[in-house]
Amino acid sequence: MKIRDILSILDAELLTQDADLDREVHTACGSDMMSDVLAFVKDQSVLLTGLNNPQVVRTADMMDMVCIVFVRGKKPDDAILALARQREMAVLCTGHTMFTACGLLYSHGLRGGVH
Amino acid sequence: METIRLQYTVPGDDFTRAGEASADLKSRLKALGFPPAAVRRTAIALYEGEINLAIHAGGGTITVEITPEKIAMALDDEGPGIPDIALAMSEGYSTAPDEVRSLGFGAGMGLPNMKKYTDLFEIASTVGEGTHIKMTVNSDG
Repeated sequence: MKIRDILSILDAELLTQDADLDREVHTACGSDMMSDVLAFVKDQSVLLTGLNNPQVVRTADMMDMVCIVFVRGKKPDDAILALARQREMAVLCTGHTMFTACGLLYSHGLRGGVH
Repeated sequence: METIRLQYTVPGDDFTRAGEASADLKSRLKALGFPPAAVRRTAIALYEGEINLAIHAGGGTITVEITPEKIAMALDDEGPGIPDIALAMSEGYSTAPDEVRSLGFGAGMGLPNMKKYTDLFEIASTVGEGTHIKMTVNSDG
């Protein structure tokens, strides 16, 4: 699936206008605990989270992720978005809860990847 | 390639800046052409270390030495120190306050992660004096 598909499936808003929406993504993870993302995630390209601080972008960057989806309508501030733009990440915001957002993406073929 | 030496200071009073050193090191290693796996392992281990310095130690310093064969990192602080290193190294053990957990950290995975992602990990700590960590990632590991 492409990032633009995530945008449409989650009825999400794109917060980084210049992001490349044609990037292919195959795996994702959902967590509010960045420690767990760093400990258990392997080769996932999308991070879904309800946590809203700059460490979300930094964690995603360390894991070479290309897209962050903020769930439950969380909107990151300009400093967080600037950091994401610097790293060429797409940042999306959806009103869905974590459970629903993950379920929707899973039912459209996105998987959790190998741990 | 000559040996490259880098030094970073991690502030103890600004959690939002933790990660700047590892992001910078990651970009440099990428530009130098290190294998992606080694770059990622280095970045994650150092990022965990930075978070620890910011959360637990009131800040500290990071010294990095890069050669074609390996990336060697030293993290030094003058924080409160760790009374029981074996306990601190066990997965899930954390002394982080709720405030830190609300920021997405403090799951007790920091030190175990640093060991897991590096080829060499040494830690020495004295209560009341500080903690010193040495980590090495082999470029072909």
